[in-house]
Amino acid sequence: MGEMTQNNNEEKLVYAKPSLITDNTMHYCPGCSHGVIHKIVAEAIDELGMTENAVGISPVGCSVLAYDYIDIDWAEAAHGRAPALATAIKRLSPEKLVFTYQGDGDLAAIGTAETIHACNRGENITIIFVNNAIYGMTGGQMAPTTLLGMKTATCPEGRDSSLHGFPFKIADMLNHLPGVRYITRQSVHTPAAVRKAKKAILKAFTYSMENKGTSFVEIVATCNSGWKLSPVAANKWMEEHMFPEYPIGDIKDI
Amino acid sequence: MKEEIRLMKGNEVVAEAAVRAGCDGFFGYPITPQTEIMETLMELKPWETTGMVVLQAESEVASINMLYGGASAGKRVMTSSSSPGVSLMCEGISYLAGAELPCVLVDVMRGGPGLGTIQPSQSDYFQVVKGGGHGDYKLIVLAPASVQEMYDFVELAFELAFKYRTPAVILSDGLIGQMMERVTLREAKPRLTESEIERLYGDWALTGRKNGRKRNIITSVRLDPIAQETFNHHLQEKYRLIEQNEVRFDTYMTDDCDYLMVAYGSSARICRKVVELARNEGIKAGLFRPVTLFPFPSKEIAAVASHCKGVLSVEMSAGQMVEDVRLAVGNDKPVLHYGRMGGAVHSPEEVFTALKEMLVNKN
Repeated sequence: MGEMTQNNNEEKLVYAKPSLITDNTMHYCPGCSHGVIHKIVAEAIDELGMTENAVGISPVGCSVLAYDYIDIDWAEAAHGRAPALATAIKRLSPEKLVFTYQGDGDLAAIGTAETIHACNRGENITIIFVNNAIYGMTGGQMAPTTLLGMKTATCPEGRDSSLHGFPFKIADMLNHLPGVRYITRQSVHTPAAVRKAKKAILKAFTYSMENKGTSFVEIVATCNSGWKLSPVAANKWMEEHMFPEYPIGDIKDI
Repeated sequence: MKEEIRLMKGNEVVAEAAVRAGCDGFFGYPITPQTEIMETLMELKPWETTGMVVLQAESEVASINMLYGGASAGKRVMTSSSSPGVSLMCEGISYLAGAELPCVLVDVMRGGPGLGTIQPSQSDYFQVVKGGGHGDYKLIVLAPASVQEMYDFVELAFELAFKYRTPAVILSDGLIGQMMERVTLREAKPRLTESEIERLYGDWALTGRKNGRKRNIITSVRLDPIAQETFNHHLQEKYRLIEQNEVRFDTYMTDDCDYLMVAYGSSARICRKVVELARNEGIKAGLFRPVTLFPFPSKEIAAVASHCKGVLSVEMSAGQMVEDVRLAVGNDKPVLHYGRMGGAVHSPEEVFTALKEMLVNKN
């Protein structure tokens, strides 16, 4: 990524802003994973030639304004309801590529029912699940995926299972549903990880267009503002603490 | 599907009307006393004929948000429920209004509050006509008083919803929903094709960013307060336009009446009988039936009430629509409420007794 090569004094372009990323200034904090994830989603849509046929559903949370940044048709859903919107759009317009883009609070707390039932019906949609273990937009509260011992504004002493329950591994839970075709867990903290995550999104979108079931791509991500760490330290913390709880790799691909 | 005359339940004709009105999708959740709507659709299997999608959702929360999705794509989508289910939908209804999405909701009211009863009631007038969800919004509300109107209002609701880009509600009750009557089912209209949707609604619907057009965004979030206020002014202008153009009502023996009853839906049917009982005793009673609850026929009620001695608002509730009747009529004559509650249905005799005791004998 970002590597430049030179031949015979002519510069060869090997990297550019994806054509589907708009010129709007992103509101995300410096170091946030959302920018990179938006980029690979935009590239995947473009590379599959789906620009004219794609519909994205943005959530409530930090990525509520995703529609400002990726130049396709979008609907902004009520908190947690994106899979219900996607269900109807895909069933009514089966030729469309329909995907949701949701955070951990949106997908695994308030929208748990919509998530599970869309997956259980095997809706031919892709769910992109950005798991950074915290509510970013509201200022760093406990999420269903917050790690045990992790401090947030609503568990200032650290998450205690006797008070707050356990980190919710919803991707593993969805593994039991026959309607789900593809479940993978990725990250975007290194160039190699970004390439793998993009491949996963390309695969998920391709499966959605083949109408064979739900694809679920979890991206374990950082929220350095919410975690109160520098971007570099947040990446390191994620590797040391998030990955043992949310291991990277395919969970299901049939 | 040709025109047919049949004997059918109010709920069943909603299913027939949806298919024949070119509805693209129905998303629902079972709740008494309206479940026959989805059951009838599943028997009709319109996906094999018109291509209409019918889906049983996991909850009313999901089904109203499926409407949000389907309507975003420019499709003609509808759902149906009953009072407790509509409570669950109120968040989604507010979002639909805030995103200016056309869709149709059929509410077959039952007694509340809480789980209440499965018997007919009209105690959700406040919820449906005045709001229910958060924010300054209105819904177009049609109140059928017969099985034929249950049929006719489905197509009318779609027409109005798309004309104004706003959700429209058919506010019925368990009595109309469960009652069987003769009904004329009209010849079916085809569903819109994808290219027709692109031509008609391509300036806002999620049809795919084709032919170099700008991306369409369906959203109800405007973080800048001035932008949100400007949008709210736009919504209010739309509601004023609806008030100017879409008032519908019906009257029965109001030309010479001394005592006016105002009632909608089931109560209007009951009050029609009360008019006859009163006239047989020489009491000049009349009935005003609002067909649209929003827009409310305020001026028209005031005009009729101007030559009356008193007004009785009759609803199966503790008195909800009566507030709008009072606002319409003013304070210079009595505007009172009578109604049974909680699933109990008033008989014509009960209403007639109330009319005499509360108004006629007081004059």
